[in-house]
Amino acid sequence: MLTIFKRELQSFFFSAIGYMVMTFMFMLSALFFFFTSILENSANLSGTFNSIFSLAAFFSPIITMRLFSEERNKKTDQILLTSPIKLSSIVLGKYFAAILLYFICISITLVYAAVISGFSALEWPIVFTSFLGMFLVGSAFISIGMFFSSITENQVVAVVVTLVTNIVVLIMDGISSSLPVKFISNFFKSLSFSSHYFQSFPMGMLKLKDVVFFVSLNVIFTLLTVRAIEKRRWS
Amino acid sequence: MIKVRGLTKKYGSNLALDDVNFSVKEGEVLGFLGPNGAGKSTTMNILTGYLSFSSGSVEIAGADILRDPMEAKKNIGYLPEIPPLYPEMTVDSYLKFIFGIKKSKLPMEKHIDEIVDKLAIGDVRGKIIRNLSKGYKQRVGLAGALIGDPKILILDEPTVGLDPQQIIEIRNLIGNLKLNHTVIFSSHILSEVQSLCDRVLVINKGKIIADDAPKDLSRQLENKQNFFVLIEGDKDLVISLLNSVDYISSVELIRESQKGVFEYKISASSENEIRRDLFFALSEAKLPLFGLRSCDFSLEEVFLKLVKNSKPQKLPQEEVSKSLQESS
Repeated sequence: MLTIFKRELQSFFFSAIGYMVMTFMFMLSALFFFFTSILENSANLSGTFNSIFSLAAFFSPIITMRLFSEERNKKTDQILLTSPIKLSSIVLGKYFAAILLYFICISITLVYAAVISGFSALEWPIVFTSFLGMFLVGSAFISIGMFFSSITENQVVAVVVTLVTNIVVLIMDGISSSLPVKFISNFFKSLSFSSHYFQSFPMGMLKLKDVVFFVSLNVIFTLLTVRAIEKRRWS
Repeated sequence: MIKVRGLTKKYGSNLALDDVNFSVKEGEVLGFLGPNGAGKSTTMNILTGYLSFSSGSVEIAGADILRDPMEAKKNIGYLPEIPPLYPEMTVDSYLKFIFGIKKSKLPMEKHIDEIVDKLAIGDVRGKIIRNLSKGYKQRVGLAGALIGDPKILILDEPTVGLDPQQIIEIRNLIGNLKLNHTVIFSSHILSEVQSLCDRVLVINKGKIIADDAPKDLSRQLENKQNFFVLIEGDKDLVISLLNSVDYISSVELIRESQKGVFEYKISASSENEIRRDLFFALSEAKLPLFGLRSCDFSLEEVFLKLVKNSKPQKLPQEEVSKSLQESS
C-alpha cells in the first residue's frame, strides 16, 4: 500500500495536476478570506471555510479523475493487478494519496487563522471543528470521485459525472424542499451534505451522527470502488 | 509449472476461450501462435490473474490462481501487449516501484543493477519514460517483468512494432532468459517462434488447434517439394514440357515477370530430386532457365493451413491453395 501511495502522490506532482489544484484552491480561498475577513475587519473565518465547501465539490473531481481511469486507459492497471498485492491495498493507497493532496489544499486555512490570531482573539475550537468538517466533506467527495474514476477509462467522463454528482449533492437541500411527498423529501434531506455540515461543524460542535455520515460515505464508496474493479475482472 | 485444464472464458454470449488444455514444464519455452483476436492475450491475462474465467482451472507453480492468487502471482513476470509503463516516471523510479509492488526480498539496488545491465538500459536509467523510443520502452517493460526474479515469464507479443535491429536484440534476450526461466510468449511472427520455442501452441477462435514442436508442425503438412521457376519462352510450350518431366505432378502459371519470361509454380509428388531432370529437359528444348527457388512449407503456410482447416466449413482445396499463394 505504501508503494502505491508514494507513486500516486509523486504522479500528482509530475503531472501538474497537484500544482494546479493547489494553486486554484489557495488562490480562491485567499480571495474569500480577503473579502470576508480582512475587508470586513472580522475575526470570523466562517466565510472562508464555507467557501471551501463549494471549492471542494469543484476541485475534488480533478484530483480523483485520473486515479483509476488513467491506469485503465494506459493499461498500467495490468502491472498492478498481476502483482502479488491485494486489490484493497491498491485502492487504499490511491485513496490516501488523494486525501493527502486535499489535506494540503485546505491546510492553507490554518495559515489564515494564524494570521488573524495575530490581530484578534480567535475561537480556536470553531476553527478546528470547521477544519475537520471541511476535511470530512472533501474526503467524501474524493471517495465518490474515486468510484466514478474506477468505472470508466475516460478521464473526461469521470470528471463530468463526478462534478454533476457533486453539484446535485450541493443543491440537495433545494431538491428536497421542492419535493411534495414528505418522507421522500426527508430522505433526500438526510443525504444533504450541507445540512450535515452547516448544522454542526461551523458552530464548534462535533455531532456524532454527522461525523458518522461522512465517514460512512467514505467507507461505502471505497468498498464500491474495490467491487467495481473486481467486477470488471469477471465480466 | 503451469497447468491449464478445461479453461473457458465467455464475454457475454461470445466464447473467447473454449475448453483450453495445456501444461508447461519447468524450463520450457512455449510459443503462442494465432491470428489477432484468437484468444492469445485473453489466455495470458487469465494466467497472470488479470482476468478471471468462466470455468476450468489454472495452476501456477502449484498454486491455484483463484484460490491462492498472491502465491501464484509471485512466480510470474508479465509483459502485456502494451508495456505497462507510467510515462511521467523515470526508468529508475519505475523499476523501484515495480520492485516495491512485487514485494521481492532480494537486495533492491543490486537486483535492479543486474537487470539494467542485462537489458542494456543503463544509459536511459535517469530518463523519463515518456521520452524513450519504442525499443527502449519495450526493454523497460521487460525489465519490469524480470524484477523479483520470477520463475515464469509471460510475454505478450514482445517484438511487435520494433525495428528489425531491435527485434533481433529482444529475441536474443529471450534466448538468454530461457536458461533460467520458464517462458511463454505469443507472436504472429512465425520465424521467431521457430527459432526460440521448444513447443508451439496454435490457437484460433479460442481453441487450441495444434500443440507440437515447430519442426514436427511443419512436417505434418509437408509432403511434397514445391519450386518457383522462371523460364523464358512460349508459356504453352513450357507448360507441356514441364508436365512431361518425371515426378512433376502439377504446374501452375503465376505471372509474367519480364517480357517473355514467365514464373511457374511446380510441385513434385515424391521425395525424388526433380531439379536435375528439369534442368536437362529445359536445356534440350533450349528454354533458358532464369531462376529456381524452392518454396518449402514455411511455418506461415502451416499456420494458415491449420487456421483455415479449423474453420467449421472447409474451403474447397483450390481456394486454400489460392489463398496460400496470395499470402506467400
